[in-house]
Amino acid sequence: MNFLRKYLDKQKPKFEKGGKLQKLHSVFTGFESFLFVPNRTTSSGCNIRDAIDLKRTMIIVVLALVPALLFGIFNVGFQHFKAIGTLADTGYIEMFFYGLWRVLPMIVVSYVVGLAIEFAAAQIRGHEINEGFLVSGLLIPMVMPVNAPLWMVGVSTAFAVIIGKEIFGGTGMNIWNPALLARAFFFFSYPSMISGDKVWIAGMPDGFSQATPLAEASQGIPATYDMASMFWGLIPGSIGETSTFCILLGAILLIATGIGSWKIMLSTFVGGYCMALLLAYTLPETNPYASITPISHLIMGGFAFGAVFMATDPVTSAQTERGKWIYGFILGVMAILIRTLNPGYPEGMMLAILLMNTFAPLIDWFVVQGNIKRRLKRAKQFQI
Amino acid sequence: MSKVIKLKKGLDIKLKGEAENVVRNVEKCNLYALKPTDFRLLTPRLAVKVGDQVKAGDVLFINKYRPEVKFTAPVSGTIEAVNRGERRKLLEVVIKADDQIQYKDFGSADVNQLSRKEIIEKLLDSGVWPMIKQRPYDIIANPEDMPKAIFVSGFDSAPLAPDFDVTLADEFSALQAGIDCLKKLCEKNVNLNLRAGTPSTSIFTKLKNVEINYFSGPHPAGNAGIQIHHLNPINKGDIVWVVNAMDLAIIGRIFTSGKFDARKTIAVAGSEVEKPAYFKTIMGAQIGCIVKGNLKNQVHQRIISGNVLTGYKVSEDNFLGYYNNMVTVIPEGDNYEFLGWATPGFNKFSISKTFPSFLCPNKKYALDANYHGEERAFVVTGQYEKVLPMDILPVYLLKAVLAEDLDKMEQLGMYEIAPEDMALCEFVCTSKTPVQEIVEQGIELMIRELN
Repeated sequence: MNFLRKYLDKQKPKFEKGGKLQKLHSVFTGFESFLFVPNRTTSSGCNIRDAIDLKRTMIIVVLALVPALLFGIFNVGFQHFKAIGTLADTGYIEMFFYGLWRVLPMIVVSYVVGLAIEFAAAQIRGHEINEGFLVSGLLIPMVMPVNAPLWMVGVSTAFAVIIGKEIFGGTGMNIWNPALLARAFFFFSYPSMISGDKVWIAGMPDGFSQATPLAEASQGIPATYDMASMFWGLIPGSIGETSTFCILLGAILLIATGIGSWKIMLSTFVGGYCMALLLAYTLPETNPYASITPISHLIMGGFAFGAVFMATDPVTSAQTERGKWIYGFILGVMAILIRTLNPGYPEGMMLAILLMNTFAPLIDWFVVQGNIKRRLKRAKQFQI
Repeated sequence: MSKVIKLKKGLDIKLKGEAENVVRNVEKCNLYALKPTDFRLLTPRLAVKVGDQVKAGDVLFINKYRPEVKFTAPVSGTIEAVNRGERRKLLEVVIKADDQIQYKDFGSADVNQLSRKEIIEKLLDSGVWPMIKQRPYDIIANPEDMPKAIFVSGFDSAPLAPDFDVTLADEFSALQAGIDCLKKLCEKNVNLNLRAGTPSTSIFTKLKNVEINYFSGPHPAGNAGIQIHHLNPINKGDIVWVVNAMDLAIIGRIFTSGKFDARKTIAVAGSEVEKPAYFKTIMGAQIGCIVKGNLKNQVHQRIISGNVLTGYKVSEDNFLGYYNNMVTVIPEGDNYEFLGWATPGFNKFSISKTFPSFLCPNKKYALDANYHGEERAFVVTGQYEKVLPMDILPVYLLKAVLAEDLDKMEQLGMYEIAPEDMALCEFVCTSKTPVQEIVEQGIELMIRELN
């Protein structure tokens, strides 16, 4: 790779202060450090550093998303051919490529729009480009319905990155998970494109409609899908969220590498389960959700996806270890609560996460106060 | 009653080039130096000029704002140079050593016969007082204070750190005199902390007149700050003194021999050292003389005075730091690595499990000084907590420092923290945050605003 290095070394002065392309400095260093880990060595503090950096961290999260993404792409094709009635004549490869044809443009739009804004913002501030959007940019299409028009995906992404992230100071400073903010923006701006029976399956023939399992449950329609298909994921829904199995594969990678907080994942599932259990006994018969078992709640809709990939975002979740337990538990409770008791919209995970993102600093505040009190108490104890 | 305190949090970084248990003599060194920069926030006033003759124990410079605290020459000889940096900041007072060291006589005495006041005077005059540091702030102790306890850590848990049982093997009487001296300084509470499982043959377990406790667990279990936190935590207004075991022997010698005898045995270790071993030398010796003929390479290497976590980079014509008991040599690592963040990285060490290093916990690594990434916004949470065995929320403490919020710093434990205690937080940080620098800032701020 010497020729590449030599080439970069030759180009470098142009991007430095006083160079012709000084305005693109952040972009240049962004690409340079993508290709080569810089040669900078420590000058203060520890002489040695852990091999991990933010790029490694983010790439692990992207890897964890891959099973759900690949399955999601396949499922888009599967649902399409099922809807048009030619499922039996279509090969798996064909289904996958149909899905890819639909999903890839969304991914490209999300990355191009988001990264362009990130690059520009970094350049304006004179910062380095942070890697956070590598994950957000993939999450955004995965939480969208496949029929979302590309321009809407683009506008939502732009909103999430500018309003949700950059005005707070960029990566690490945002209050809400950017990908969910994109979805929330989409949801409230173009509600007809993200709810109902017509948006979840690509290229549906006229007159055909298929609700997601959640929508069926919320309307009290007898379920089309059994628990097994909800677990494996051959159901309509947002692109990445349908297969609980693939999401769990991602969860295993995140927990094994220590990148995702197992405390948040576990407490979210426990919170959701407890709430669902409580509701199973207390909901009136008239509520369409009364017949849904607690376990089904956890594998339906976006619950698992949110718990594994969204709730664990280290920037927007609780930052103290004790706070993570509390945050996850309330999040699980809220998700099921919104889902079952709010008639307006069948899914509660998105709003529950955004709500808990808002309250995460408060949870941390209580944990920090607890620490301060404990320390003061200790002071008294030792003075006697 | 001695306690055994088990610590779980922390990290042992296993590095190649551990010092072999043999003690060698360093060839005769010509130059020695005392560096005012080794002492946090010291404003020195020079007491010698170039060409002066000094004996070991003669004053080189003093603390301008507390003139009784003196810094004395480790060897006898001629003042070779007074090196200054930017804005004439005093960096080094260099001594060209005599062939035979002439010692200034401070008079040997039985510690137990002296009063506390006489002892303090002796320590101040001979120049060993700066070896007594205080917490909070990790600065030289104030001779007018009465500490609530004194802590000596009998082991160093840092990577490649010297084994004090080797370096102090022949120093029992000096150590005991040192302990007796501390006992006079603080009647109630002199603590010596050893690694759990230290055999009874160890020189330390034989020491008398001291409360011995045991610590088990990974680094930083050997840091005095951690030990204080678990045995006798510092609250607002408390003062605890800390003495390094190696320095304790030098303090003891003031009483046993009446001389400022600054000889010490240090470890020379690290993957770039030809034959890692222990070496007998004298405080402030020139680095080049310590590592002479023992380096694998002459370029792309980093020589560190101290350990890899808290030591600082030195060149061969620089000098061993006042508080340092080892010299570490590692590769500099100033090369680019193609797609380094994406490769499997079999030779890279990480506390996270994103590299295969976690599969072979006993493998030793030749780590270099490369950052392995760039500084980023703080993103990943829960990392610092894993390597700080204290009831302190490290991230919130650092945030309080950055916000210059003195109340919060106080409440969240700034009095208990020295930069070295949080060195591992800096090591593990994904975002490459300069943790120790921030802690230093916090300490400076507190001293400026509260005293």
